[in-house]
Amino acid sequence: MAEQQLALRVEDVTKRFPGVLANNDINFDLEKGEIHALLGENGAGKTTLMNIIYGLYKPDDGKITINGEEVVLHDPNDAIRRGIGMVHQHFMLVPVMTVTENVMLGNEKTTTNFLHMLAPLDRKRIAREITQLADQHNLKVDPSAYVRDLPVGTQQRVEIIKALHRGAEILILDEPTAVLTPQEADELFDIMRSLTQKGKSIIFITHKLKEVLAIADRITVLRGGQVVGSAIPSETSEHELASMMVGRDVLLEVEKSEAMPGDVVLDVTDLIAEDDLGHQVVRGVSFEVRAGEILGVAGVQGNGQREMVEALTGLRRAVGGHITLLGENITRSQPRHITDIGSAHVPEDRHKHGLVLPFTVADNLVLNAYHVEPFSKQFFVNRAAIDANADRLVQEFDVRTPSIETPASSLSGGNQQKTIVARELSHATVKLLIVNQPTRGLDVGSIEFIHKRIVQARDNGVAVLLISAELDEIMGLADRIAVMYSGRIVATVPAEGADRNRLGLLMAGAEVSSEINTLM
Amino acid sequence: MTTSVSPLSRLGHNLRQTLGNILIPILAILTSLVVVAGVIALSGANPLEGFMGLWDGAFGDGDAVANTIIKTTPYIFAGLALTIAFRGGMFNIGVEGQFFVGSIIATLIGYALRLPPVIHLIVAILGGAIGGGLWGAIPGWLKARTGANEVITTIMTNYIILRIINWLISPNGGPMRNPARPLPQTPEVYPTAYLPWIDFSKINFPWVNLSWLASATGSLHWGSILALIMAVIVFVLLWRTILGFEIRTVGISPTAARYAGVNVERTMVTTMALSGAMAGIGGAVQVLALTHYFSTGFNVGYGFDSIAVAMLGGLHPAGVVLAAVLFGAMDAGATIMQMRTGVPIDIVTIIQGLVLMFVAADLIVRQIYRIRVKPADGTTPVSATVQTAGESG
Ligand SMILES: Nc1ncnc2c1ncn2[C@@H]1O[C@H](COP(=O)(O)OP(=O)(O)OP(=O)(O)O)[C@@H](O)[C@H]1O
Ligand SMILES: [Mg+2]
Repeated sequence: MAEQQLALRVEDVTKRFPGVLANNDINFDLEKGEIHALLGENGAGKTTLMNIIYGLYKPDDGKITINGEEVVLHDPNDAIRRGIGMVHQHFMLVPVMTVTENVMLGNEKTTTNFLHMLAPLDRKRIAREITQLADQHNLKVDPSAYVRDLPVGTQQRVEIIKALHRGAEILILDEPTAVLTPQEADELFDIMRSLTQKGKSIIFITHKLKEVLAIADRITVLRGGQVVGSAIPSETSEHELASMMVGRDVLLEVEKSEAMPGDVVLDVTDLIAEDDLGHQVVRGVSFEVRAGEILGVAGVQGNGQREMVEALTGLRRAVGGHITLLGENITRSQPRHITDIGSAHVPEDRHKHGLVLPFTVADNLVLNAYHVEPFSKQFFVNRAAIDANADRLVQEFDVRTPSIETPASSLSGGNQQKTIVARELSHATVKLLIVNQPTRGLDVGSIEFIHKRIVQARDNGVAVLLISAELDEIMGLADRIAVMYSGRIVATVPAEGADRNRLGLLMAGAEVSSEINTLM
Repeated sequence: MTTSVSPLSRLGHNLRQTLGNILIPILAILTSLVVVAGVIALSGANPLEGFMGLWDGAFGDGDAVANTIIKTTPYIFAGLALTIAFRGGMFNIGVEGQFFVGSIIATLIGYALRLPPVIHLIVAILGGAIGGGLWGAIPGWLKARTGANEVITTIMTNYIILRIINWLISPNGGPMRNPARPLPQTPEVYPTAYLPWIDFSKINFPWVNLSWLASATGSLHWGSILALIMAVIVFVLLWRTILGFEIRTVGISPTAARYAGVNVERTMVTTMALSGAMAGIGGAVQVLALTHYFSTGFNVGYGFDSIAVAMLGGLHPAGVVLAAVLFGAMDAGATIMQMRTGVPIDIVTIIQGLVLMFVAADLIVRQIYRIRVKPADGTTPVSATVQTAGESG
């Protein structure tokens, strides 16, 4: 290929962090108008490489060429000026600002040039431009909404708009689909295709192999900081990619036996809950979960799942209804009490709830149990027990970290997730396991492992409530499937023989007819 | 693969981290001194002579060292009070007022009650702790209950306590005034409540003989030892107890703390109460060891200056002790410096202010010395000192 066709070229890039060789002599290039997928295990070094290209990290070694010109990027502004845009794995938005303000941040436009820095900000113009971009690319968002009030999926749209608004020619998307529903992901793919047709180039990171095969022009696989292979979608398969990533064969389907439901563990009747803005978003939900079964809640994100789970775990006060856990009314209970009765919870938002980022991995691994033996006695925490627990879980759940003393903030996204899942799944006396998007951001190998552990918990008599935007995950794991739409459970069906299309329709809000009721 | 890191490189990692933690404060101090040297030179004096005077005044001989230690002590207490509060995410500007509450209550117990020796002292110090703690708990409670910003409420409680104390000790009918004197001050506490001087001739451990220090007797009091003990206690509290784990969790992420089952509101109140109690002990010690009565204008400013001490100390008790020594030494040495070189005492205040500025706005220091800001994945680098110092405890 001709040299000038390359939008980006990375040669022999190496990056070390304390105790980790995150990128080891990486060579990578991106053609103009191409979608280049980057695959690899959690901690393989994908985000690190992207951060280097975006000017966030300086490589220890190696060279970067953009549009045929060798560059040294001192900071993201350098990268942005050269037409690089990045949507991070963990969003970089300011929660207390509006969408418009976030988009203009660092790129502020004023209404007049007079007194430049002091002139009023031209919010109207930016808002108009946002609406324009949004219409063009089907990125529905309210420019005047505050980011902290937006669901994760919408925040991501804001990030994409922000990059586009700055005229990105090379767009880096770090696991953009991890937080999207299949439909949203399809819409994103349409956007990506139309962008590449206009000559833009995209680096696309994902753990979902189907997506890679559907959209990528080329695929590069990283493992342990090195490039271990590349492929073309038409000449490869999910299985081949999976084993290239992980270095072994991976089971893409869950193996499980018939459920043996026991007594009711969690009983929810007519639950009503409001979101932060006071809108009723859980509108009379009733269901029960029995010991030894997995109830999957399928639904497009933002239909009340988050608020429902927060009400179940005591993080949010229910406005109406009853929640009973093991016979005890917990409708008004504090989170600590609910945990102590025997519930564990993998939260949806790993940074807001799941982790204390500056704390060490060891401390994060006891966030739900630091107050009980063996991790503490009377008033004092027991460092030795906390460290031993961490050593064990890091090993068992394959959390890739230089040490248990490493702050959680410097783990890769997937390894942060594994830390949370390890903590919650290893909780000693669990009777109810609430897992909200448990495998978000995990590589195929880790997903296989976590799925096995969830099924194992079920077989040990734990009641499992699984909330997931992944229909595949729900259909693979759940014994019964409840579909949530617009704050209600519109149908509950046995997973055995459940019809994908019908579930999809229900999730999209197709009218609940008597025909479906017969399925229940 | 990545988990197999040799113990040696782990040690190297920890060492580098510690060095990284103290690098910024040290550079902040150096930068402040350079700036102040410029100021002194502009005023026509010789900066080097000024600094030498400062040094001699602080460490020149035994008396100077003792004086430095005496001046250091209140900074340690107040710095520890701020460390507890900041670690818990509470920006306690009210240490100044809590310090005063400790002083005034200890004074009251000291002259109004008649108790046997040691017991009187202990009751007076405890009274100071409880008074400061309650006074600190009020803004904590307001924040927990109503979300009222503690910066505002603690500034207000400072004003309130100042007025109350002025009234209490007013020569015109204040209930705690000293009737024998026409000045705004309280009566003297009974000697049973005095915090005694350390009598070095009497300390004779089997393994060390301190009698050679006997000449220092009468210049150092037990409050300084108490301050060091408190530093150890604060370390244990924050990094070795359940409560400390909860305080630090709430301080970093109240949402994660709630998820983890912490009672966030109660922890806020507890944090402020502990912070206020520590300040209260500091106030009590100053009265019971040094003046034995309370008067206006005494001990003003420790609560505010110690914000710099706590930040400079990286919100770690060991760091706070070192930073307090620095501030105490400057206070102690300032007079000699002025006498010898004519450099005004106020220069010290400028240094202290600059140190606070450079530590708080550590980005300036990082830029001057080209230290790359490490972008912690997902966390905003609000204040690197707050987030990284002592996490490994
Ligand atoms: N800021 C940092 N400080 C220290 N170590 C880091 C930092 N960022 C990444 N690492 C380490 O570098 C390695 C690669 O991390 P990276 O985030 O690039 O992985 P990734 O391929 O994006 O993984 P994931 O799929 O989980 O997002 C990991 O071992 C991680 O712990
Ligand atoms: Mg990543």
